[in-house]
Amino acid sequence: MSTSTAFIWPTSPRLRAGSLLLAGGLLLGLAGCGSSGEGGGASSGASDSDIKIGLITKTDSNPFFVKLREAAQAEADASGAELIALAGAFDGDNEGQVAAIENLVSQGVQGILITPNSSTGILSAIKQARDNNVVVIALDTATDPEDAVDATFATDNTAAGVSQGKWVKGALGDAVPQVIMLDGTPGGTVDTFRHDGFLEGFGITDDSPEIVGQENTNGDQTKAQTAMENLIQRAPGVNALYTINEPAAAGAYEAIDSAGLTDQVVIGSIDGSCTGVQNVKDGVIDATVMQFPAKMAEEGVKAVVAFAGDGTKPSGFNDTGSQLITDQPVDGLESEDTEWGADNCWG
Amino acid sequence: MSHRGRQRLARVLREPLLGPLAALVIAVVVFSSISGTFLTPFNLSLILQQSVVVGILAVGQTLIILTSGIDLSIGSVAVLGTIVMAQASGAQGPFVALVATFGVCVLLGALNGGLVTVLRLPPFIVTLGTFTAIQAATRLLAGSQTYQVPEGSALTFLGTTFRVLGFTTTYGVAVMILVYLVVGYALSQTAWGTHVYAVGGSIQASRLSGIKAGRTLFSVYVVTGVIAAIAAWAALGRIPNADPNAYQNANLETITAVVIGGTSLFGGRGGVVGTLIGTLIVGVLRNGLTQAGVDSLYQNIATGILVILAVTVDQFARRRSL
Repeated sequence: MSTSTAFIWPTSPRLRAGSLLLAGGLLLGLAGCGSSGEGGGASSGASDSDIKIGLITKTDSNPFFVKLREAAQAEADASGAELIALAGAFDGDNEGQVAAIENLVSQGVQGILITPNSSTGILSAIKQARDNNVVVIALDTATDPEDAVDATFATDNTAAGVSQGKWVKGALGDAVPQVIMLDGTPGGTVDTFRHDGFLEGFGITDDSPEIVGQENTNGDQTKAQTAMENLIQRAPGVNALYTINEPAAAGAYEAIDSAGLTDQVVIGSIDGSCTGVQNVKDGVIDATVMQFPAKMAEEGVKAVVAFAGDGTKPSGFNDTGSQLITDQPVDGLESEDTEWGADNCWG
Repeated sequence: MSHRGRQRLARVLREPLLGPLAALVIAVVVFSSISGTFLTPFNLSLILQQSVVVGILAVGQTLIILTSGIDLSIGSVAVLGTIVMAQASGAQGPFVALVATFGVCVLLGALNGGLVTVLRLPPFIVTLGTFTAIQAATRLLAGSQTYQVPEGSALTFLGTTFRVLGFTTTYGVAVMILVYLVVGYALSQTAWGTHVYAVGGSIQASRLSGIKAGRTLFSVYVVTGVIAAIAAWAALGRIPNADPNAYQNANLETITAVVIGGTSLFGGRGGVVGTLIGTLIVGVLRNGLTQAGVDSLYQNIATGILVILAVTVDQFARRRSL
């Protein structure tokens, strides 16, 4: 036996002790800074801050979600609540979001704010949370069905699409429209709402002859550039462009610029990131429709705090608004300029 | 104790389990003292349920790493499995769906194994290629859509709960433990297991000692295909939604679990017990740090440091044993 026990841990005792200490220290350090960072002691919960709120974003990597998280943190600090910010690892990480919901419920939060990765993939976890008397609020992206959560705080994406469509139509003036649609991902609810809203605002339908091209870009700049390069080959007379978001618009601009068509094409977009607003200022994008992630987060946190206070639950779809941003206002359409945009943008 | 028996015992003990086990115990003690909600039957059951899919896949990853290979495609095979299962069950019913899923996953395991053994290509490159292709094929097959599986069907059976010793858990957890037991037994008590360790230790030496190294390697990839199919089934039990974009990091998460569990990336040393502990460490960290109010980015930093720590320990162990 003595010969085999030497194999259990085939390293020096010093190394063994060192690595164990490191591991232990790491855990203690992280756990300690986590709880003290939220302003209080570490002893078994609930003593310092009575209200605990979980925030679960799609990923940690998008500035939109960073803004959402910062605004939620600020609002939580202001109302003396503790915020735990979790996220999926990538777009489509249902397992990560489900585990996050479960861990938050087990921890005893009063409310969960979530931007669902999949409108349907996490519904049973949400139901379990609500059965445990946790109020669940969707931010930015609605669930399907929408009443799977208590309430939704999000941009009315149809309205945002309508704003873009009306402005592009107005900016075209008397020119005969030749429209290209750069969509995001097929079947996404946000995509459908923005797309249909644009058509409504522009006054056309999917079958209208004015539409000379359509492509999916996943909201990705590189893909949008390739798509636009190919579409220009087919429809060199294009003069109006719908884009699902600002990266797609920036990619399309590269293609339009290379083809020497910048004076011919009116580019509309949606999002309101600081990069996007700067692009509007620089003339890359002609107009964008700003969303307000900070407002989604603030109202979400407020709703949970209210629920923790007197048990009132929020309900239904709550539009956090959108704002047309352009330096080329069109008569009859309310808009703000890029200076205002730069003060109110996110990311 | 017979000589062979003593040798087997020595091989089990040679797994550097003490470090991972100590880390797990420390983590549990620390989190229990920080959070009153951590050490409850409900929460512990939760950690197990959250570990099921990656935990099962990590068994396959352990086998392949023991042969000094690596499998980057393991998660994508399982995801394809979930799509096949969801689509086939709609048209053909759950039994056909399960058979089709196991068939597809085993075929893909055999494809990896064939490329590694017949063409003698490096497993990293082979599975990088199949990972990329399978991920794309899955999105083509699914039309980039997700498929909801009706709850209560045979496909979500592994998500149903049962009570054992006052502890409520899912059949998926039971299946995960069964997979660990079966593969653990095969590795430590059968000739096949001895061959797997020998091939991983040195493929030339194993050939010289009369082991059919190619056949052993191939079998490991096929078994991993079976394990991926089981994981696919468990995944639909956990989330009744087949999503072509799900589990994109499963390959890396399984490698993390294997490495934290003390199995050597250089092959021939380690085992599934360590991997189970490694899987649980990752699950306990994520759950416990959430209980302690730590945001997810910091949780990832903790996991990353643990991986490097584990590999450092393995490197020193390897240098000493050479």
